Amino acid sequence: MYAQMVKSEATQDDPEKLAAFQQKIDANIKVEPRDWMPEGYRKTLIRQIGQHAHSEIVGQLPEGNWITRAPTLERKMILLAKVQDEAGHGLYLYAAAETLGVSRDELTEMLLDGRMKYSSIFNYPTLNWADIGAVGWLVDGAAIMNQVPLQRTSYGPYSRAMIRICKEESFHQRQGYDIMMKMAQGTEAQKQMAQDALNRLWYPSLMMFGPSDAASVHSEQSMGWKIKINSNDELRQKFVDQTVPQAKYLGLTVPDDNLTWNEDKGGWDYTDPDWTEFFDVLKGNGPCNTERLEARNKAWDDGAWVRDGLLAHAEKKRAAKTAAE
Amino acid sequence: MATSDKDMLVQFLLRMGDNSLILGHRVSEWCGHAPVLEEDIALANTALDLIGQTQFWLGYAAEVMDGDKTADDVAFLRDVWNFRNILLVELPNGDFGQTLMRQFLFDAYQSILLPRLSKSSDPRVAEIAEKASKECAYHVERSADTVVGLGDGTEESHARMQAALDRLWPYVGEMFASDDIDAAMAAAGIAPDPASLRSEYDALVGKVMAEATLTIPQSDFAHKGGRSGKTHTEHLGHLLTQMQWLQRAYPGASW
Repeated sequence: MYAQMVKSEATQDDPEKLAAFQQKIDANIKVEPRDWMPEGYRKTLIRQIGQHAHSEIVGQLPEGNWITRAPTLERKMILLAKVQDEAGHGLYLYAAAETLGVSRDELTEMLLDGRMKYSSIFNYPTLNWADIGAVGWLVDGAAIMNQVPLQRTSYGPYSRAMIRICKEESFHQRQGYDIMMKMAQGTEAQKQMAQDALNRLWYPSLMMFGPSDAASVHSEQSMGWKIKINSNDELRQKFVDQTVPQAKYLGLTVPDDNLTWNEDKGGWDYTDPDWTEFFDVLKGNGPCNTERLEARNKAWDDGAWVRDGLLAHAEKKRAAKTAAE
Repeated sequence: MATSDKDMLVQFLLRMGDNSLILGHRVSEWCGHAPVLEEDIALANTALDLIGQTQFWLGYAAEVMDGDKTADDVAFLRDVWNFRNILLVELPNGDFGQTLMRQFLFDAYQSILLPRLSKSSDPRVAEIAEKASKECAYHVERSADTVVGLGDGTEESHARMQAALDRLWPYVGEMFASDDIDAAMAAAGIAPDPASLRSEYDALVGKVMAEATLTIPQSDFAHKGGRSGKTHTEHLGHLLTQMQWLQRAYPGASW
């Protein structure tokens, strides 16, 4: 899940219009950019889609961290292709957000000065090559869990972006699991790398779904508007149930001593992540928050002359064309 | 094929493959740090194409060499003195302008070389070049457009692009410094003599630089040694420590 703790906006619109809008949502009719929508719906979506887009962009950094060290030419190509896809997802999502009346530059500024967030997961470091496998397997796996239902979300452009993104994400997850298989079946050192990656990334992956339902204050309105389809705990449970057998197949140990099969619910009982750590990461105190934002700010600041230069050239060409006409 | 002919062919293939490997590596260092999202995508795409071409060139080199080497062995288990790339591609990225200027100076060369190689007497060379040539046509169009856009942009972007051209120009001549290997490749109809490509290159680069309002330096001094294997810059060793680290630290592991 690339959007966490998205605050829904209260809305003060005409009750009749609101009721008609809700009817439309309930009838599964997609809302399109030119349709009337409550101000709260629009603002909440900007926040959610923007956060998702920022996650794709910041998410390039922990994976990019290993492109120059990828162990084979093929792995390097796959990782390059994956990171390129993610930048592409960022583009679709910014374009979807722009249909709601906000520009990509405005959203970028809000990311860079800390007014907008990106997923907590990207504030964790990638320390060994198996982390690249684990990111695909667990992080993309968790993202898919959230994004598959979002293909049915009520806002047309967001729903269509999700359909495209989901296709690519399942390829990402498969390549991640493929790396994990190689590592888990490899030398002792490779097995250690795989276990170390799972140990570090397991709980941060569970955090991707956001706080427990009891503590999730923004969900109700978003679910009513079909901006959010399932509850956090529902998705987290689904993720654990899917992932535990995959870890077993790899011969790896999920770092949770309380993991037990619960026959009654037909799922695994598991330990919740440390929510204090989660809120610390959101506040900016995760292991990599400072570096991630520094890297994005540096890219933006260092690139200012490039953006200005290309814009100035485009203006000159336009002026020359107008003069010729 | 006589042993010396084989050695010559291997050297030629290493020159092709090492250029794309080392430049692909350098370009991939940009991932997540480009000035604008579209450039992040384009740089990753360029790196991806270059590493893809590397697999073909070094894969063929490995086949021609004796033994059961793979493209990965050739890429990850040679040391600096066995690399045959031109010095231009191993230079650090510098700013975005320098990266794109280097890309254009290389793409322009490839855009002239690869279509000729696609008519090589060696069918494998022809096949690899045919595919790479299509990718290169796109690369050179993009890097030329960017050099023009930034050269003829603002005062600052112009100054930065002129500085990039001044910095990199002394590394251009190496591409055309022919030697015995080039003579052997030309005689066998495998590849053209690089010196024969210079006038076409100068015309293309001259046209783009004029449009970019940039001045090509007068000096024709050329730093050399990468292609021949005589010397490299200090930068290549550092690049290899990163690129080859896992293969070196965990020999024999499968990834």
